Amino acid sequence: MAVTPNDVAAGDSKQQFLQIKGVTKKFGDFYAVDDVNLVIPKNEIFALLGSSGSGKSTLLRMLAGMETPTEGRIILDGEDITDQSSYHRPTNMMFQSYALFPHMTVEQNVAFGLKQDKVPKDEIIERVGKLLDLVQMRKYAKRKPHQLSGGQQQRVALARSLAKRPKLLLLDEPLGALDKKLRVQTQFELVNVIETVGVTCIMVTHDQEEAMTMASRIAIMSEGKLEQVGGPREIYEFPNSRFTAEFIGSTNIFEGRLSVDEPDHIVIDSADLGRGIYVDHGITGPKGMTVWYSIRPEDITLCRQKPDSQYNWAEGKVHDIAYLGSHSVYHVQLTSGRIVIANVPTSHWGSEKPATWGDEVVVKWSDGANGWVPGSVLTK
Amino acid sequence: MIKSLLQRWLPQGRTGVIAVPYVWLLFFFVLPFFFVLKISFAEPDISQPPYTPLVKQEDNKTTVVLDTSKYKTVFGEVDAFFEKSWSEAKEESQYLVAYWNAIKLAFFTMVLTLLIGYPIAYNIARSNEATRNTLLMLVMIPFWTSFLLRVYAWIGILKNNGVINNILLATGMINEPIEMLYTPGSVLLGMVYNYLPFMILPLYAHLVKLDSRLFEAAADLGAKPWTTFFQITLPLSKAGIIAGCMMVFIPAVGEYVIPALLGGGDVVFIGNKLMDDFGANLDWPQASAVAVIMLVLLGGPIVWFHRIEQKQQEAE
Amino acid sequence: MSRMPLSNRIFMGLGFFFLYAPILSLVIYSFNESRLVTVWGGFSLKWYEVLINDADLLHAAGLSFKIAFMSATLAVVLGTIAGFVLARFGSFRGHTLFAGLTTAPMVMPEVIVGLSMLLLFVALQTGMGCSAEGGPQGLWARLGCWAFGERGMITIWIGHTTLCMAYVAVLVQSRLKELNRSLEDAAMDLGCHPFKVFFVITIPVISQALVSGWLLSFTISLDDYVLTAFLSGPGSTTMPQWIFSSIRLGLTPEINALATIVIVVVSVFVVISNRLMLSAQAKRDKAMQAAFAQGGSAH
Repeated sequence: MAVTPNDVAAGDSKQQFLQIKGVTKKFGDFYAVDDVNLVIPKNEIFALLGSSGSGKSTLLRMLAGMETPTEGRIILDGEDITDQSSYHRPTNMMFQSYALFPHMTVEQNVAFGLKQDKVPKDEIIERVGKLLDLVQMRKYAKRKPHQLSGGQQQRVALARSLAKRPKLLLLDEPLGALDKKLRVQTQFELVNVIETVGVTCIMVTHDQEEAMTMASRIAIMSEGKLEQVGGPREIYEFPNSRFTAEFIGSTNIFEGRLSVDEPDHIVIDSADLGRGIYVDHGITGPKGMTVWYSIRPEDITLCRQKPDSQYNWAEGKVHDIAYLGSHSVYHVQLTSGRIVIANVPTSHWGSEKPATWGDEVVVKWSDGANGWVPGSVLTK
Repeated sequence: MIKSLLQRWLPQGRTGVIAVPYVWLLFFFVLPFFFVLKISFAEPDISQPPYTPLVKQEDNKTTVVLDTSKYKTVFGEVDAFFEKSWSEAKEESQYLVAYWNAIKLAFFTMVLTLLIGYPIAYNIARSNEATRNTLLMLVMIPFWTSFLLRVYAWIGILKNNGVINNILLATGMINEPIEMLYTPGSVLLGMVYNYLPFMILPLYAHLVKLDSRLFEAAADLGAKPWTTFFQITLPLSKAGIIAGCMMVFIPAVGEYVIPALLGGGDVVFIGNKLMDDFGANLDWPQASAVAVIMLVLLGGPIVWFHRIEQKQQEAE
Repeated sequence: MSRMPLSNRIFMGLGFFFLYAPILSLVIYSFNESRLVTVWGGFSLKWYEVLINDADLLHAAGLSFKIAFMSATLAVVLGTIAGFVLARFGSFRGHTLFAGLTTAPMVMPEVIVGLSMLLLFVALQTGMGCSAEGGPQGLWARLGCWAFGERGMITIWIGHTTLCMAYVAVLVQSRLKELNRSLEDAAMDLGCHPFKVFFVITIPVISQALVSGWLLSFTISLDDYVLTAFLSGPGSTTMPQWIFSSIRLGLTPEINALATIVIVVVSVFVVISNRLMLSAQAKRDKAMQAAFAQGGSAH
């Protein structure tokens, strides 16, 4: 097996525990994964987030050795594992819908990987016992998978994938088979177990809430490419493209032209808004270029009086309201015809009568007079 | 060292696994057809084996003799249909008539098994799970019982002093027993009876996969039961109909046992012709020529059938 | 699901009457005292007695069972591999031909298959030097003579195996198609070599299909007349051949008795295996419900 010379300093090897270098997977003419580069430090929980067909599962299967990359290398803990078959790799996967062996008991399922490595019997018994304790499944050790509920099956699958103490744990839609209520509880349980064991972990999910709850960093994938990589907060608050902004949470995007470009602020002329959008940081680009401005619904407020500011507001009519308890989602149609979404806290209206269908309202957000301006400017 | 040598010579795991059944089928299923083709050009001979070799060696000269007379026996008298009277031509072209009879028989068997089998398969597929299992089991039991014995049963029923004639005579509905056995009708009856499960099972397998909500949706949108059947069920079970028809038609063309046991001698089918040439006449080259022509005739339907199967599987 | 309409019930009734009336008449007349098969002469078990004292038949039945056992076993081995290749290996060179070949023996008229195989065996016999003057010389020729010289058990075995493996391949392939592939991926991911995965995961999971494939092959082989007629030699008469020639000689009530035994054995067998399968399914459903009820309350 080829081992690349470890040219990484000892301190960096933890930082560069997993390196994905220019990995590409073609099926015929179709690029399922297109030149992905990624470095993941030791003990991180990392999420690949994307819709179906984005290439996230193919990337995961290449990490597990179930697909061979057309191009590129995968280096784990200083060792090039690209050409290692899945049964030799120090990675283990928790499969979507778990793939528990139906003809084996819980215990036998968890012990399966250790038996393949010819671990002594006493040790297998001991390690399986500890794992079952860890996931609180010891009392179900003798059961067959079909005698378990979905949540129990998930825990057995987790124990099985941890049994061989893999260097890299791969989770394929780990909670996708559970109903929503159970999913939320299990997210935290799962993170606890992974952190207790201290394993580097890559998960694939299409559920952004799951990714944001569990992972310390997230990569957004689309059409085989990584759109953006960053912490949950970073990708939510500073999306680098319209795709990311629209994919994570909901947002309002205004297209416009750069009309003022100063080092400390810019102004974007927006036809939809009918006035300029003031942003308190500069960008690099020629004047007059097309840019997009994304602002989250919770950063927009509604009021009945026109503000005296020059920027960042517009008049409109309430077009639709969804009452969600803690807040309401307002769809306001601007005079330009454009619909703007605003989340308005229920407490916002105070003693005033809340705005209702057909009411004339003003949508606005901070223009920097009180410091910080929300939203982000996107160039693609 | 030895290991690496072995690895060089032995096929890789994947290829090796494919090779086992593949080589078996090529050797015992495909290769034999070439022998049939070869022997069809030989002449019968009283020797062991009972045909002449194609390659002859005389005075250090090697000659290959291809004797096409066996094909001429089959096709030779085609002209008769244009020149002589119909009955004379039929008399002289026994092989062509036997092919035609076999295709007719296979076709009617196919149509009748479809007409009887479709409603049965449909009703089994649409009943609830417990009933479905029982009904399917009832279809399967005769199928698992010996085929020969099922043919034999009909002899006892159809013959002149058989069950039906006995009942009819006893009730006074007839005075003379009706001639039923050893007629084309009894052959067709035996064929339909024995091939019915081959039609029902593929039909059932396709029909049971249809989501019952489709029918509910059609009814909800105002379709009457028959409209639902013709617009929804029938188009969606097309693949099953084709599979069932091919499972019946192709083997039925070469059927031997049923005509041999239930048929009279006057209507000859090609399967029996082949068996006679092979057994009684010991004319293996003639039997081979008959088989080659049958294979060419059935080649089209077989390839078509596999295309559709393949497409179906890709769709799944 | 709603009950079947009356018209459909009547049709089903007639359909099943058509399927079962001949079988029923066989059974009834097997207890007939009279030699004339269809004239009732009182209840008797004498044809069963004749049957079990017929040495020819017993010999033929013994040979048939032996061949059926061997054919079913080899057909399951080869058919399972073929079905596995078709369901799991994706595309390879010659895939279409292979897929066609696997199922072709199911539909190909048996007279063609039988004749062509016979000609192959004759050619093999000559080719291996068995028919050389002065008897077979050397190991190869001896092998040729042993397998193909006096056609019989071995040639029939090869023929039946080729026919039956098609059925097994179809059964295995469809079972594997509905089975989640990730089971095998998971085993490999846990360090199991693909070769071993096949034996410790795939085979146990599809075991039910293998059992039904074996049973189906066994009955097909036990029942086959045409292939056997081509592939058997003078010394090897199988049960279907015995039945066929007895029928041609005229009706004998002995065959009714034989048929009754076959029918009873098959029916009992099918009913029991069906019940077992159903109750296993019911047990599994119940366990699953219990697990979900428990899982629900635990959280």
